[in-house]
Amino acid sequence: MDLGTRYLGLTLASPLVASASPLNTSLDTIRNLEDCGAGAVVLPSIFEEQIAREQEVMDALMTSGIDSFGEALSYFPSQSSYAFDIERHLDLIERASSAVTIPVIASLNGVTDHGWIEHARAVERAGARAIELNIYFIPTDLALSGAEVETRYLDVLRAVKASVSIPVAVKIGPYFSAPGHMALRLAEAGADGLVLFNRFYEPDIDVARLALVPSLELSRPDEMRLPLLWIAILAGRVKASLAATSGVETADDVIKYLLAGADVVMTTSSLLRHGVGHMRTLVAELGQWLAARGLESADAIRGRMSHGAMANPEAFERANYIRVLQSYRSR
Amino acid sequence: MPDTQTNRATMDGNAAVAHVAYRVNEVCAIYPITPSSTMAELADEWSSAGLTNIWGNVPVIQEMQSEAGAAGTLHGSLQAGAMTTTFTASQGLMLMLPNMFKIAGELTSTVFHVAARSLATQALSIFGDHSDVMAVRATGFALLASGSVQEAHDMALIAHSATLRSRLPFLHFFDGFRTSHEVNTLELLSDAQIRAMIDDELVHAHRARALNPEHPFIRGTAQNPDVFFQGREASNSFYARLPDIVQATMDDFARLTGRTYHLFDYEGPADAEHVVVVMGSGAEVVNETAADLRRSGAKVGVLTVRLYRPFSAAHLLAALPLTCRSLAVLDRAKEPGATGEPLYLDTIAALADAVSRGVRPTMPRVVGGRYGLSSKDFDPAQARAVFDELLQPEPRHGFTVGITDDVTHLSLIVDQDYATEPDDVVRAVFYGLGADGTVGANKNSVKIIAEEAGRYAQGYFVYDSHKSGAQTVSHLRFGPRPIRSPYLIRSASFVACHQFQFIQRTDVLRLAAPGATFLLNSPFGPDEVWDELPRVVQQQIIDKQLKFFVIDATQAAADVGLKNRTNTILQTCFFAISGVLPRNEAIAAIKHSIEKTYGRKGRRVVEQNFAAVDGALARLYQVTVPSAATSQRARPPVVPDTAPDFVRKVTARMMEGFGDDIPVSAMPVDGTFPSGTAAFEKRNIADEVPVWLSDLCIQCGQCSFVCPHSVIRAKYYDQSKLAGAPDGFRHAPVTARGYPGTEFTLQFYLEDCTGCGLCVEACPAHSAIMPGVKAINLEPKAGLAEKERDSIAFFETLPVNDRARVDFANVRGVQFLEPLFEFSGACAGCGETPYVKLLSQLFGDRLMVANATGCSSIYGGNLPVTPWTRNGEGRGPAWSNSLFEDNAEFGLGFRIAADTHLDLAHSLLRSLAPDLGDALVEAILTAPQIQESEIRAQRIRVAELKTRLLKLEATSQAARDLLSVVDHLVRRSVWIVGGDGWAYDIGYGGLDHVLASGRNVNILVLDTEVYSNTGGQASKATPLGAIAKFAAGGKRTARKDLALQAIAYGNVYVAQVAMGANPQQTLQAFREAEAYDGPALILAYSHCIAHGFDLRNGLAQQDKAVASGYWPLLRYDPAMREIGEAPFRLDSPRPTLPFKDYAYNELRYRALAASRPAEAEALLKQAQRAILEKYHNYEEFAQMQAGPSPSKSTFGAGKA
Repeated sequence: MDLGTRYLGLTLASPLVASASPLNTSLDTIRNLEDCGAGAVVLPSIFEEQIAREQEVMDALMTSGIDSFGEALSYFPSQSSYAFDIERHLDLIERASSAVTIPVIASLNGVTDHGWIEHARAVERAGARAIELNIYFIPTDLALSGAEVETRYLDVLRAVKASVSIPVAVKIGPYFSAPGHMALRLAEAGADGLVLFNRFYEPDIDVARLALVPSLELSRPDEMRLPLLWIAILAGRVKASLAATSGVETADDVIKYLLAGADVVMTTSSLLRHGVGHMRTLVAELGQWLAARGLESADAIRGRMSHGAMANPEAFERANYIRVLQSYRSR
Repeated sequence: MPDTQTNRATMDGNAAVAHVAYRVNEVCAIYPITPSSTMAELADEWSSAGLTNIWGNVPVIQEMQSEAGAAGTLHGSLQAGAMTTTFTASQGLMLMLPNMFKIAGELTSTVFHVAARSLATQALSIFGDHSDVMAVRATGFALLASGSVQEAHDMALIAHSATLRSRLPFLHFFDGFRTSHEVNTLELLSDAQIRAMIDDELVHAHRARALNPEHPFIRGTAQNPDVFFQGREASNSFYARLPDIVQATMDDFARLTGRTYHLFDYEGPADAEHVVVVMGSGAEVVNETAADLRRSGAKVGVLTVRLYRPFSAAHLLAALPLTCRSLAVLDRAKEPGATGEPLYLDTIAALADAVSRGVRPTMPRVVGGRYGLSSKDFDPAQARAVFDELLQPEPRHGFTVGITDDVTHLSLIVDQDYATEPDDVVRAVFYGLGADGTVGANKNSVKIIAEEAGRYAQGYFVYDSHKSGAQTVSHLRFGPRPIRSPYLIRSASFVACHQFQFIQRTDVLRLAAPGATFLLNSPFGPDEVWDELPRVVQQQIIDKQLKFFVIDATQAAADVGLKNRTNTILQTCFFAISGVLPRNEAIAAIKHSIEKTYGRKGRRVVEQNFAAVDGALARLYQVTVPSAATSQRARPPVVPDTAPDFVRKVTARMMEGFGDDIPVSAMPVDGTFPSGTAAFEKRNIADEVPVWLSDLCIQCGQCSFVCPHSVIRAKYYDQSKLAGAPDGFRHAPVTARGYPGTEFTLQFYLEDCTGCGLCVEACPAHSAIMPGVKAINLEPKAGLAEKERDSIAFFETLPVNDRARVDFANVRGVQFLEPLFEFSGACAGCGETPYVKLLSQLFGDRLMVANATGCSSIYGGNLPVTPWTRNGEGRGPAWSNSLFEDNAEFGLGFRIAADTHLDLAHSLLRSLAPDLGDALVEAILTAPQIQESEIRAQRIRVAELKTRLLKLEATSQAARDLLSVVDHLVRRSVWIVGGDGWAYDIGYGGLDHVLASGRNVNILVLDTEVYSNTGGQASKATPLGAIAKFAAGGKRTARKDLALQAIAYGNVYVAQVAMGANPQQTLQAFREAEAYDGPALILAYSHCIAHGFDLRNGLAQQDKAVASGYWPLLRYDPAMREIGEAPFRLDSPRPTLPFKDYAYNELRYRALAASRPAEAEALLKQAQRAILEKYHNYEEFAQMQAGPSPSKSTFGAGKA
């Protein structure tokens, strides 16, 4: 069975990719993912703000209370150097890249142009085979127009593309007025791939303490509909590779994304729920599903049910919505 | 040929010495003690970083449990052949004494580097003088003195070289703080120069003399009267040779470096008539003064003593001009009862001998004097006074200089206006807060100027005694020549005040020279600031014609995200307006320095500081100074007029920085000071303070329980008492049942608050409708403290709640107990002081505290004030500090004395029963005195007893005897308090013995897991995987389980508590420990600034320590056996949190993860495993049934 695929110009042995998650911080896990059949692994995002904050905090703590009291002019031995999160992360990229043969993809989450570019170059130097730009941006500034937001995405992408030679994917959210058009523009601006979709932080409220509660739920299978829709709409219509993410729990979900046209299917939540070994199950069951139908490769089904491939593409459009509502009423 | 290649560096004396000592040794046996700790810390850091010595090896740095231990290890290492050194001072040197005699007696090559410091007498002092060095002059060590940073660097090498050449051990000393902490420009010895001074053949000879089973011998025998004496004399020739060896070594050194030294360096004319003999940094001052006097024609000279032991009379006589008619010998030490201090006696003996033998024709008039004790600043004006005294027809012997002795009238009159400083030296004084980075920036400026601009610079920094909100004063000199003036600046050409509030309470312009530049960090701009100044400040600016600049550095720092770190901004302003360097050159240098300083801390920090530099000048304005003072503002009095006489005349003077002016007559003769003085020191250091919302409050008492500074007080009272309450006085009906018509008030002493926020974190009462609002919230302080004064005054008129009616058993009740430990200068958010305060609340009116040296003795007993106070009845904790190492024994002494006098009182009571009344006597003898109501009842009986005794006093010796011990009839609560450095390390032997004594003492260990007071050195309480000084690479062993060790005795009450995790368990443990009739030990988890996290989260962090199982809460109560219960109880549940989730909130763990990730991960795993294993063991222990009672204490008469 040939499960191989191309993603960002890279040849992968399997369309299953372990998306960015805390699981992927250990070399053992990354090796295990390779053994279980993952086609690639995306390392956790490097958050520019977090790195800056870490440096500020370390400095503040190291200098807290110093030069104040004659008997204790400092409280810690001075360290000749610090490996901040960024150094540890780059070290992980380096070690992972040499420990496994599957591509190691670095994920960046920047704030400033300087941060995006500096970190992109750094991960390239460390051996990352590709970069995923996690443009995690909630436009809380109400003066900011949609066009400006879009320009920001494009600017970041162009800046990074101009500074590295490895392929660059962009992970976007669904909240554009015209996600399809945005996808085209990103591809035109040089995106080698699009990852659909990012899930944004949506805090809860604790009604007892009247406080915001930071929480990020693991994705559920019903969350795959939106990316599934847009993968299907975009498949074959943009130059960039397409990666589907969100809601993958079983091999059926993987198959659905492939049918819609995804080049790769990413998962984290299912691995967090069931363990890294679940990757092996997904890969095996995908193979079994294909084999049961006499198919010899994953390519054979890729995009079979995309917008462009369907004889009846309006099923993806408004009619579909109307049908859903009607069927609901008729129950 | 001298190596003329310059190798200029800037560092303090400690670093200059450590630089050499590290390179020429294989082993450093260390223990922290101020002001020498830095040397050992540097050695540990270098070793941890793999820096090698001149032989290419990384020296082994071994921290010991005490200086006695360090000396023992050093002795052993020397006997086994390793080049070994140590660093110490003061009490530490005293602990090394026995070994020093041995090491010298065995003719062993070593050098002890000593930052000379006062010995504790009527008080402890961390500051410098020669009393420690003088106390070891009989050991047989050679004593070599340095007077400056450069000399300390050079003499360190000369000492190491000479010890190998002579076989005699050396003690190289330099003045604590004045030299050890002065930052100055020096020529750094190259490794090649160091190498050239150490002869490997002599090192091999040292090794060859070592113990070696291949050619065995014994050393360290016991000798009898027949030969000991001769044996003692057998080494004489080594001492006889030493002066010439040292001089030869100095000569070799001079050939290598061009820097020349002699055993006695004479500076002055060959026909000098008046000479001062002096040693250490004081010699620099006297030399500077003498040079100035000679410009006026005075025939004066200075003889600087470098090799003090062996004291070479021949070299002294050779150096001293024969024309000398009068000689003053200055000692930086005091030997009460002697005919003179040591250096004086040595000098006069040498001269007298020479004259008597005809070697010298005449005997000059020789007088001795004392100066500079405990770093009392010694300046040219004082040195001038000494020369003036020599010019008198009858110069006085035994004088003092630098103080006003109005009792024995020994002090010299000093002309304070006399100065010697040249005009081309820029003198700058900076007033800052510890937290604002002023000192760090100034150290940096010294480096910039000295290293980058090719000039010379000196920095010396004065700190106050507080650990929070401490004021720092930086004294910086910059000039074209090496700066040798080791004294504080008297007249500054630049004065900066980095905190606007200082203007209101400190005379910051006192040191400003006429025409000086004055920079003020001010929230008020150039047009408004004038009207905000006190009138006296305005007048000083006008009279001295100061150039006045303002900058809002606080805002400028906030703009670039640096919060209150105003250092870079104010440093930029200093360079911009002081003219020390051309402005652009200075700014480039600052930025270069920022790169160097912050580069390894990450790009973000560098960029923030760059932005600070760029933004600073835009906010800097010169103020147009009006021609007349217009302000109606006066500085408020330091203490109220109603304060006690002593507080007004002595304490207040110290508080306002004029302690140097206090005369001898005003000082207590025996170190005894009144309690309760911290209440007079309204420091106003918080930017934000708690504000109470009475309607939200559930009156639980958590906030006051955890308040480290005792600023939250609670009272309940009848509502009728509210008559006359001022506007804004807050109160609420008591929420507990059974108190109709009763009101409750939480009073916040805002001027004493540090703004730590622990109360807010502890408050469990959230508003149901306002997000983020609790019953206590921090708000900006501006204006609040003044408003609160009336409320505090009214609150203090409300009756203190009756202790006999307060429920001691729960946290809610404890808030109504008056704290007798208040407003300490501990760190904001201190984790120790809430326990100390609790102690004072529960048992304060009958409490005796033996306090080990450390943080708790400093915030508890460092002048000018003490937080230990008394209640309305005049009773309160009786507190004392003996030493660091003996605190358990010291407290045991309290107990034994109390028990002895109680026995005596009981016996006298019985004998006087017919006169006193049998019923009263019987009631007193059998009073239980466990519950507070029982204590109160006993107090009433004892008061009645005193009344009856006074009637018998005139006729009955027994009555008089009983009156002298009658106070003991109220049960005393003896507590031995200290930190983990004391309990786990230096005082462990004593602590163990006291636990084993069975006596009724209570031991409270404020466990911060490091030596907090000296800056966070590792103790045996330091956890596995944490970094600390002396464990820069992370501690590799788990902390000692002191609780389990104490439990092993079987009859010791043991508790492990963490207030932030379970305050109720803490309270219970304190009460059980006190009630237990035998020894009790409480280990109290104390979060600390040395853990490296925002102390506002201290309680949450304590909770995590417990939740992770790292710090299980436990109690072992032997008394439980009596009722058939298991004595051991685990009060905290099984671990629910990975250790990492607790540990990695703290820099002490995270720093290792950042610097050595792989090692940190391995240590973390090891630590996690150890925690679970230990918890498992505790659980098994807890499940064991109560066994038979171990042998009961035979003592413990202290409790009825």
